Amino acid sequence: MKEMTAAARIESIPAVTAFVDEQLEKLNCSRKVQIQIAVAIDEIFSNIARYAYGPEGGEATIRVETEEDPAAVVISFIDQGRPFDPLAKPDPDLLLGPEERDIGGLGIYLVKKTMDDVHYEYSGGRNILTIRKQIG
Amino acid sequence: MLKINKTADAGKVNISLEGRLDTVTSPELDAELKEILEGTTELTLDFAGLEYVSSAGLRVLLAAQKTMMNQGTLKIVNVNDVVMEIFEVTGFTDILKIEP
Repeated sequence: MKEMTAAARIESIPAVTAFVDEQLEKLNCSRKVQIQIAVAIDEIFSNIARYAYGPEGGEATIRVETEEDPAAVVISFIDQGRPFDPLAKPDPDLLLGPEERDIGGLGIYLVKKTMDDVHYEYSGGRNILTIRKQIG
Repeated sequence: MLKINKTADAGKVNISLEGRLDTVTSPELDAELKEILEGTTELTLDFAGLEYVSSAGLRVLLAAQKTMMNQGTLKIVNVNDVVMEIFEVTGFTDILKIEP
């Protein structure tokens, strides 16, 4: 298990992505899965940066764990901000034309579609969003 | 990590992107587009060097599409497999003109 804690700010995303990438490289993860996970990090961490804390800011911890048989990576995003379940939002309407299209909720929807499992819980004063992706 | 290369000829603008179009970088493309969209009738976005796009990038593409619908055409070319899958999953293949 490896983890990293960073300021819950948009500016932290490249460092967080690089940290997770480094773990994925060691697992011989395919480029495609690596990119899907990078997109998931962008969506989830930007949500935390925007909504978890007030102007005083805060931190978020990213934990990377691995599973065997089947080989999978499990990444948890942990913050101590206000309770917020990003999975509670209804999926966006993908059939609307460009004029009516609302981009809200599209990021988390993308995460749900590209990861094998996405799970949220609020526990001990912390938001914990966990994504799981098979890498075999 | 996004490199934006632009060529313009009369109302035709070609923008090629290299790197990642995500939360950190998409404001750069947004600013570039705001600057050039006025008077543009044919906009081509070349994604040959683009590694991936997240929803922040999709937001910018959607805004560009809304503007271009009223004044010309927007075409996205050289889309890689991963980016194409993101367009498909989010339904963007129906609202953007995309060439693989």
